[in-house]
Amino acid sequence: MNDMARLQKQRLALYGWMLVAPALALMSLFAFYPAIATLWHSLFTRGTTRRPSVFAGFDNYGDLFADPTFWTVAWNNIIYAGITIPVSIIFALIMALWANAHIPARSFVRSAYFTPTILPMIAAANLWLFFYTPDLGVIDQITGFFGASPTNWLGQPETALASVIMVTIWKEAGFFMIFYLAALQTIPPDLREAARIEGAGRWTYTRRVLLPLLMPTTIFVFVNAMINSVKLIDHLFILTKGGPNNASKLILYWIWEMAFSYFDSPHAAAMTILVLLTLGLVAVIQFRLVEKRTHYR
Amino acid sequence: MSAQSPFIQIKAVSRVFNGCNGVHDLSIDIPRGSFVVLLGPSGCGKSTTLRLIAGLETADQGTIAIDGKDVTNMPPSRRGLSMVFQSYALFPHLSVAENIIFGLKVRKTGKEEIRTRLDDALSVTGLAGYEDRKPAELSGGQRQRVALARAIVAGHPLCLMDEPLSNLDAKLRHSVRRDIRELQQRLGITVVYVTHDQTEAMSMADIVILMKDGRIEQAGNPADLYLKPATSFAAGFVGSPPMALIPASALPGDVIPAGLDMTKLTFGIRPEDLVLTTSADQSAWSIAATVTGSEFLGAETFVSVAIPGTEGATARLPGQVHIAPGTKVSLSWAGAAAHWFDGEDGHRLEPAMPRQTAQEPNTSIETDTAIPSL
Repeated sequence: MNDMARLQKQRLALYGWMLVAPALALMSLFAFYPAIATLWHSLFTRGTTRRPSVFAGFDNYGDLFADPTFWTVAWNNIIYAGITIPVSIIFALIMALWANAHIPARSFVRSAYFTPTILPMIAAANLWLFFYTPDLGVIDQITGFFGASPTNWLGQPETALASVIMVTIWKEAGFFMIFYLAALQTIPPDLREAARIEGAGRWTYTRRVLLPLLMPTTIFVFVNAMINSVKLIDHLFILTKGGPNNASKLILYWIWEMAFSYFDSPHAAAMTILVLLTLGLVAVIQFRLVEKRTHYR
Repeated sequence: MSAQSPFIQIKAVSRVFNGCNGVHDLSIDIPRGSFVVLLGPSGCGKSTTLRLIAGLETADQGTIAIDGKDVTNMPPSRRGLSMVFQSYALFPHLSVAENIIFGLKVRKTGKEEIRTRLDDALSVTGLAGYEDRKPAELSGGQRQRVALARAIVAGHPLCLMDEPLSNLDAKLRHSVRRDIRELQQRLGITVVYVTHDQTEAMSMADIVILMKDGRIEQAGNPADLYLKPATSFAAGFVGSPPMALIPASALPGDVIPAGLDMTKLTFGIRPEDLVLTTSADQSAWSIAATVTGSEFLGAETFVSVAIPGTEGATARLPGQVHIAPGTKVSLSWAGAAAHWFDGEDGHRLEPAMPRQTAQEPNTSIETDTAIPSL
């Protein structure tokens, strides 16, 4: 009997490993190994035919911190994340609340909100390129109607980053709305009625019942928005190419530039490792702090 | 408000949803401090009626007054009532205590008062010690009590309950039924209670309002409903097992009371009023039937019989009775026990003359024949 139990336990463990194996193999091949290889790579100098690459310790990291572009790009990305994440979440929530209400043409509203998500980022960027075109673009046509002078939205350092942020929010809010919409539909209408009977108005209900119940979704959306704020740079290629004067350059674009325009892969690798470390740190903080305060059903 | 006027007065209220269900031209008066049960099959409009009183639905026509105040167009929060939902509608992210005092907090009640009211509600419902649990960590019965505590904590004079026991198991249901009734009497509140379970209605209610298709079928105290069902629907719905309803054409002509048209007449008889005899002799006042099965329930046995040309009937016999399926029996009853309904509109008919017939093989009911028929 005892042997039998042990055997069964072992078999379960075997099943577990078998189930994990495919994911583990793929993850190792495409995530863990590249990460370690990148770390390794970042510790060497850039090799040329005349000067082969040698071990350089953390010199590449030192170079990055000494480069003013690093600070510009990092700061850009912080602003970019700091605005796109909360604003797109808030828009997503508002749109979801509206699309979930009993309004006429509900399915039209829903699909209208979702359309930007279906578009490839490159296509969306091209669309916005047209919106932003000085004088001829939709935005200048509208502002011009009220007498404002044409603005080169993407071409001047003051507005370039803001214009890029705008496109990202437009693109992401509809996507996040879908998650909120799904979450809203799992909340039983009884709760709303119970709150009404207890005298709670729309705002009290939203604040004390709806938002806490949507917290798991908010965390999920927040993590996704976080990741996107680092990895979603397709539109930069179309809109600004990081310019003017690095005003709209984001970290990943800079890494790409280093690696594939300047062929300086060790510095690109070092920057990649920094990004990985930062994201890992943020993830730990999220799980430790935010999750504790969240109710999961 | 005068002392005579009813606590809740629903006057000619209609609420119709696209095409189906809803309630039509409903008028109900509910006295203060009474326990009123809205009973009926699903889709009969009982929940709609409750939601109209609660203010979760708005009446298309008619007026609703609570405590002498016209509340027809008032939001639920201003009607001074509380409600227990079928699903309990507890807020899953809030603790038991937070759930109970949700309304008090919304209304900005003072901290001290909230504390005392919460303690009261917890002790009344026996939830003391569970304040900090989340609803997910409670059993079904405990959740039900949290919903109850939330309903009574504010001290509203009116409490609405929408099938509050339907998610509990049978044994718990029985005890909670008694608890709710006791609580209602202790607090002196008016309760309007919706259920489709006639046992619940009969055991708890001061007044049962039986509904069908958005209209009141019969309203009265439980005994009225049971002893004098106003329609054949009421007769079939109240009582378990239900009253047997047999078209008069399947009866021997002698038992039809004088003055009733037997071509459109339905005869009803409660299971406990049926007398079974296995003797072969058929009298003029009994009907032939075949036993199809029996259920032994300890104190009594239900014997179901098939009667040609009908949907059959059930007899409730005391103690343990052994009758093999297929046995030919004859059924008889005391004349006074018979209910007569119009075969078309289902209304109760009162025979002009009590019949002194219905041959009784067994003695006890024999005396009943002296009582004038209901």
